Amino acid sequence: MAEFINSILFPDQPDHWIGVLITALVHVVMIINVIAVGALVFIWMERKVSGRIQDRLGPTRVGGKFGWLQTLADGLKLIAKEDITPGQADSFLFKLAPYLSFTASFCAFIALPFASGYSWSSGWAAREVNTGVFFVLAVLGLEVFGVILAGYASGSKWSLFGGMREAAQVVSYEVPLGLCVIVPVMLAGSMNLVTIGDMQEGLFTNWFLFHDPFTFCVFWVFFTCAMASVNRAPFDLAEAESELVAGFHTEYSGLRWSIFFMAEYGSMFLVSALAAILFFGGWNGPFPVFATLASALGWEAWPTTGLLGYVAGLAGVANVLFKGVVGVTVMIWVRWTLPRLRIDQVITMCWKYCVPIAAVCFAGALFWQYNNIWFLNSLHPARSRAEVRENWSVNELQTSASSAPHEAGESDMAKGIENEAGGQI
Amino acid sequence: MNWHTLLFYLFALMSCGFAIAVVVSANVVRMAFFLIVSLASTAGLFFLAGAHFVGAMQIMIYVGGTLVLLIFGVMLTAHAAFVSMATKSSDWVLAAVFGGALLGLLALTAFSVEDWRTARGDQAAVTSSEGEFASSIGQALMGMRVDRLAEDDSQLEAGMSGYLLPFEIIAIHLLVVLIGAAYLARTKRRVRSATEGVL
Repeated sequence: MAEFINSILFPDQPDHWIGVLITALVHVVMIINVIAVGALVFIWMERKVSGRIQDRLGPTRVGGKFGWLQTLADGLKLIAKEDITPGQADSFLFKLAPYLSFTASFCAFIALPFASGYSWSSGWAAREVNTGVFFVLAVLGLEVFGVILAGYASGSKWSLFGGMREAAQVVSYEVPLGLCVIVPVMLAGSMNLVTIGDMQEGLFTNWFLFHDPFTFCVFWVFFTCAMASVNRAPFDLAEAESELVAGFHTEYSGLRWSIFFMAEYGSMFLVSALAAILFFGGWNGPFPVFATLASALGWEAWPTTGLLGYVAGLAGVANVLFKGVVGVTVMIWVRWTLPRLRIDQVITMCWKYCVPIAAVCFAGALFWQYNNIWFLNSLHPARSRAEVRENWSVNELQTSASSAPHEAGESDMAKGIENEAGGQI
Repeated sequence: MNWHTLLFYLFALMSCGFAIAVVVSANVVRMAFFLIVSLASTAGLFFLAGAHFVGAMQIMIYVGGTLVLLIFGVMLTAHAAFVSMATKSSDWVLAAVFGGALLGLLALTAFSVEDWRTARGDQAAVTSSEGEFASSIGQALMGMRVDRLAEDDSQLEAGMSGYLLPFEIIAIHLLVVLIGAAYLARTKRRVRSATEGVL
């Protein structure tokens, strides 16, 4: 895209910064739209779902049917509210904290692919990072800074307690979250989210969720930890209104307060989409519609470029969005069903249950993968694993095949890769 | 101007500017915030160089891990509402001397490298290059240099050893630290002595 803009503006300089800047602005605006519209829908959904769970209707009037414009009315109310900075607060950090939270949530979206693009090198992401999973987790962990700084800078005891709880919780839950993410990364042999999604092509039995009983188990641990790390009930200790008034955002009002919530709903969708890509096949629907269509039409494969490839990409986007929204709905459902945990229960849950279960599942998935044991994944394998793996393993295979192995260790390695190339998914 | 150059200057300026802000600021938590921006800009430089893994690592470890602990520690130990640390003028002088000496040494070293002073011929190829995959780093840590497979056997001996020994040393070190931390943080149950029961 940058090259295209530069070819119009500066035909002799394909690397000019203005083209890149315009491209970046387009990406930024689109991502902010995803987060903002997502928040608009999710807040309305939260009201409706909580209403139904509590046997009432929820909003019904604003915007005609179903109260679907309720969030907009909320937004107008929030904009009209006075923006207060407490006298005791450190005003610089106080004003900055919501933006910091939002920035972290926003940055993680940069590396999130929405469809594979059907040529393995480029996904439909603002910027494809080849260590995508790692990047997303690292950046998502920064969201805690906004909360801690808000808690500290408010100059209020409630806020400080909220911030400290949040810090303890997030630092703890990053450990099991990382352990859970390692499992699909290990199965795919790549940290690239596009590669991980592409590996689960074909029928829904090819999703990593159905790779073996351990990955099935580890998904639930992942989802629990993800809920805790985005600070959602029943893990919303940082804003426990029964004890801490409103926790870290006690002193916030108006637009600043709503930015915190935009960040929260943004990262809720982000972790749901991440779960969809890691465990639920990402942009691959439950049934390989386009591959079947192509074979029915007598084509070799569905085209990856041009208008038809674009259609397939759009279907992929719809898949990711749908799976992400389902994840967010489950989070809302959990919030209005389970009571809030105590802080010691939250930490116990993390260290005594999530971490050991995730570790055992990791070892189990490793065992399963190594021994190539049959499970649902083996029903209709779309392609062999080695085909999608990062280029180096294939290159390395060729290099070691052409020249004699240099050391015993290396020949073992090559054999392992060869086994994998021959083995099934 | 090339976008790569522009972004390099931007990140470098942010990194240095906020590093100076850390030194000048008197409020510990503000310092921590400036440090976040400075370290994140350094991560940006890594991303710009195509080292995605190192960049994400920088964010994960320095920005995410160390700084959260720093702020957490400050918040737990602070007695006053807002901790402030005014630097004494004698400290300023000392810091300026040592910092200046280090900066001078590094600058001298950097400018003495011949290759770094002249622009490379294949600039376009470098700026548009995709990042290295993290797998080659992982393989090197496990003792196999994927990037040196094409070389002769005679040259491979040194390179093939990879970084297995340092990796193992660090792993054992971390294990020791973990066990130590768990030992220090364990619940201390009061052991009731036999005499206590009698009395």
